[in-house]
Amino acid sequence: MTKVINLIVSPIALSAVLMGTTLWLIFVWVPTETNQGAVQRILYLHVPIAWGAMMGIIVVSAGSFLYLWKKNEIWDRLAVASAEVGVVFGGLALLTGMIWAKPVWAVWWTGEAKLTTTLILFFIYVAYLMFRAYFPPGTQRQRLAAMIAIIGAIDTPIIYFAANLWSQAHPPLITGPAADSESSLGTSLGVVLLASTVSFTLLFILLVKMRYEIRKSEDEIKHFKRNHQLDSAVLNNISQARGTS
Amino acid sequence: MRESLAVIWAIGRKDLLLETRNKDVIVAVSVFALLVLMIFTFAIDINQVNAKLTGPGILWASIAFAGVTGLNRAFALELEGNTLEALMLAPISRDLIYAGKMFGNFLFITAAQIIVIPIFAVLFNLAVLRWEMLVVSLLTTIGFSAIGTLFAAMTIRVRAREVMLPLLFLPVVTPLIMAAVESTSHVVNDSSWPEIYQWIQLAIAFDIAFIVISAFIFQQILED
Repeated sequence: MTKVINLIVSPIALSAVLMGTTLWLIFVWVPTETNQGAVQRILYLHVPIAWGAMMGIIVVSAGSFLYLWKKNEIWDRLAVASAEVGVVFGGLALLTGMIWAKPVWAVWWTGEAKLTTTLILFFIYVAYLMFRAYFPPGTQRQRLAAMIAIIGAIDTPIIYFAANLWSQAHPPLITGPAADSESSLGTSLGVVLLASTVSFTLLFILLVKMRYEIRKSEDEIKHFKRNHQLDSAVLNNISQARGTS
Repeated sequence: MRESLAVIWAIGRKDLLLETRNKDVIVAVSVFALLVLMIFTFAIDINQVNAKLTGPGILWASIAFAGVTGLNRAFALELEGNTLEALMLAPISRDLIYAGKMFGNFLFITAAQIIVIPIFAVLFNLAVLRWEMLVVSLLTTIGFSAIGTLFAAMTIRVRAREVMLPLLFLPVVTPLIMAAVESTSHVVNDSSWPEIYQWIQLAIAFDIAFIVISAFIFQQILED
């Protein structure tokens, strides 16, 4: 019985209920926007997902900075967990953005500053994860990865500035049917967006927490294995010594 | 100050001396860059109209790709000869090792550009040989070697090093490549200095930011 109660009040259940409600709000409750049509509904997913990606980058940089400072494994695990979730959110943000842009701006992709910045950051954090996968395990890997994450964070304003300057020199091609029209939705847009942001934030935290715990277990298993190998090596040595004596 | 410069010069000179003996990096980088240029002249039908439009981008893409292949060698030679330990044992601070290696890389990429840019001017029929281009090329090469040396040091112990370095290097230097491409395109279009200058400013900001950060964190990279 307590198991059932625990499940009902668990964050996972809360997240599921919130996400269900959000989907109902997006696809049933909120009226269709008159200028852009049904495609506008993707905004309610796109904005919170992009927000999640941004949170990912902030947590990776903060975690990496704290790791370099305090040298505590906790921060490294937090950084890598949030990088993984952040990259997934970033990829989804790019994808949903493109699906929205095609009917509204008439192009899948354009040189707009926010798009360019998101894409470059996506690549930087993919490289961060690949670096971690390729580098031999140990504290040096964690230290170098933390530096890469911080370099990415420092590069962000420079990338945005450059992309902004670039898009001024090459005005983005925004010529779709409803590119400049005002939204016909009033407060309901804000309500749905808020609900969706809350549920995606919770989902983000939940995924990071799960990934963090898996990471922790992985580290513990490695630790046990290493100790076990040491133990058996010591035992072997002892038995060999006994055999020879 | 004078001693520091002497150390930087000594490390740079050592790399240059090795390079004059086997000519590995400069030849490889220049030939690679020229090959990329040649492929683009076939991929895009270059004529008087589109040369100004596409040329600057193609030039810097080829230098960036070729530069990475050169940077891959920067620490590979030290690792093969087991001389990295010797460098680290030397009674000099780690940021001077960084500055010395960066200086060496800067010289290699500059040498490659001295070969590549005139040939680019001929192939694309563009008047790039102006003093503004010297500033653009200098600032871009400083940025490339600052970030490149740092990442090359980071990736020496990585499996599949040749793949990992461009994956880290290219996204981070994208703003610098944008600045180089835009200012070069102002140069070929005969724009006035203020128009070029806004991009030059960006390149300067990028260079300063990454030289400071790299010198700061390089010490931690070589620690085991």
